[in-house]
Amino acid sequence: MTLRIGPRTSQIIAYCVLLLMTAITVIVLFFIIGYVFKNGLGQITWQFLTDRTRDMGKEGGIFPSILGTLFVTVLAIAIATPLGVGSAVYLVEYTRGGLIRRIISFGADCLAGVPSIIFGLFGFIFFVITLNLGWSVLSGGLTLAVMIIPTIIRTTEEAIKAVPRAYREISYSLGGGKLDTILKVVLPTSLPGILTGIILGVGRAVGETAAVIFTAGSSLGIPTSFFSSTRTLAVHFYILAREGISMPKAYGTAAVLIIIILLINFVAYRLMHRFMARYY
Amino acid sequence: MKDKIAEKLFLFIAFSAILSLLLITFFIFQQGIPLITKIGLGNFFSTTWSPTKGQFGILSMIIGSLMVTTGALVVGVPFGLACAIFLAEFSSKAVQNTLKPILELLAGIPSVVYGFIGIVILVPFIRQNFGGPGFSVLAASIILGIMILPTIVSISYDSLLSVPNTYREGSYAVGATKWQTVTMLLLPAARSGIVAGIILGMGRAIGETMAVIMIAGNALKIPGSILDSVRTLTSTIALELGYAAGDHRAALFACGAFLFFIIIILNIIAIRVTGRK
Repeated sequence: MTLRIGPRTSQIIAYCVLLLMTAITVIVLFFIIGYVFKNGLGQITWQFLTDRTRDMGKEGGIFPSILGTLFVTVLAIAIATPLGVGSAVYLVEYTRGGLIRRIISFGADCLAGVPSIIFGLFGFIFFVITLNLGWSVLSGGLTLAVMIIPTIIRTTEEAIKAVPRAYREISYSLGGGKLDTILKVVLPTSLPGILTGIILGVGRAVGETAAVIFTAGSSLGIPTSFFSSTRTLAVHFYILAREGISMPKAYGTAAVLIIIILLINFVAYRLMHRFMARYY
Repeated sequence: MKDKIAEKLFLFIAFSAILSLLLITFFIFQQGIPLITKIGLGNFFSTTWSPTKGQFGILSMIIGSLMVTTGALVVGVPFGLACAIFLAEFSSKAVQNTLKPILELLAGIPSVVYGFIGIVILVPFIRQNFGGPGFSVLAASIILGIMILPTIVSISYDSLLSVPNTYREGSYAVGATKWQTVTMLLLPAARSGIVAGIILGMGRAIGETMAVIMIAGNALKIPGSILDSVRTLTSTIALELGYAAGDHRAALFACGAFLFFIIIILNIIAIRVTGRK
C-alpha cells in the first residue's frame, strides 16, 4: 500500500519541518551565548578587566590580553584597510572586466577561503623566522592583516558599487578629475559600507586563534612595543580552557570575547543597514 | 598626470591579495616539499606518524579530516539549506530582517568558543549517553556542522533570492504550491550557488583547527567508529608546531602544503561553479 500525500499536505509538512530546523539553529545560537553569559558574566568585574594575569591565569585578570588584542588588531586594521580599500577602488573604478580584474578577484576569493592555520604557518615562517621579527605584536598584526584583506576588499567593493553613477558624472561635469572624484565623492559616500568591512575585519581578528598563537606568541607580559610577544584574548581563553587552568576565568574571558563580538556585529549591522537604506 | 600616477598606485595596491596568496603558497611549499621528496611519497602517505623515528605518514590524519568533514556536512547541509529556504521563501521581510543578522552572528563567534562549548557540554553528553571517551568524531562533526552553517545559509540564501520572480509567478499560475515551486523550480535554478556554498563550507570544515583540537581527542590512529578519538591534519600542525624542529617542522609544513592544495582546489571549484551562472 502506498500512501499518497497531496500537494497541500506536503506543503504543510515541509513548512513545519523547515520552521523546526530553523528554530533549532536559532536556539543553538542563543544557547551558546546564553550558556557562556550565565557562567561568565559574574566573573567580569573591574578588577578582572584591569588586573595583571597571575599564576598562568589561575589568578588575577586579563588586562595584558586585552592590551595584546587591541595592539594586534589595530595594527592589522591599519595595514589591511589601505590595501583592501585601494584594491576595491581599483576593481570598481579602473577596470571593466578583463584579465587583470579576474586575477585580482580570484586572489581575493582564494585568500578568503584559506584556513587560519595556514596563515599561522605562513606568518610563523615568513614574519617570525625569515624576517626575524620573532613572536611579536608586529608578526601577529601583519599575519592578521593578510587574513582580513579579502573581507575589506569585498565589503568596500559592494559599497563603492552602490554609489550612484550620477554622483560621479556631476563631479566630472564640475571639472573634477578621476582621483578627485574618488577621494572627494566616491569614498566619502561609501564610507559607512567601508566601515562595515573594517568592523567585520576587527571581528575576525579578535576571534582568531590559530593564526596569532604562532605569530604573536603567548607571553603574559604587558606589551610595551611592536616587538613584544603578546597573548590575545582568544589565545588566552584557548590556553585556559584546553589546559584546564581555571574554568571560572575561562568563562569570564569567553564572556568578554562574546560581548566584543556582539557589539561588533551590532554596529556593523546598523551601519550597513543605514547605508543600504540610503542607496538601494 | 596626477590621475595617471593614482591609477598605477591603485593597480599596485590591488595586487596585494594575489601577491599575499603567492607568498603564502611559496613559503608553505618551499618549507614542505623538500621533505616529501626526501622521505618519498610512500612514507608521506603511510599511516605511521612517528617524527622521532623519521616516519611522517599522514594517511590516518587525512582519513580523520575526511571523517569530521563528512560528518560536518551531514549535520550542516540539511540545517543550512532548511534555514536558507525558510528565510528566502517562507518568511516575511520582517522575519528575514531579524533572522539574517542572527544567523550571521553564528559566523562571528570565535572558533575557540565553539570548542569550549564542545568540551563542557557536548563531550560529556556523548560520553554519558553513547559511551566512549566523548572526545570523538561525533563531537567534532556536530560542532563543525554548526560552524559551517552560516557559510551554507548565506550563499544558498543569496542564490535563491537571485532566481527571477517570474519563475515563482509562473509556477503559482499553474497551481503549484510553494513547496512544489521550491523543490521543482527554485532549488534546481539556484543549484550552482548552493553547491558553491556547500563546497566553501567543506573548505571551512577541513581547515578548522582550534575547535577540532579541543573536542576530537587527537589520538594518532584511524578511528574505528564515530565515537572514537580522531586527529586531523590541522590539529597535528597546531599541536606540534610549537616544539617541532628540523625534519619534524618541515613535515608539518608538508601537511600544511597538502591541506592548502586541497583548499585551493575546493575554492577554484566553488568560484567556477558560481561563475558559470
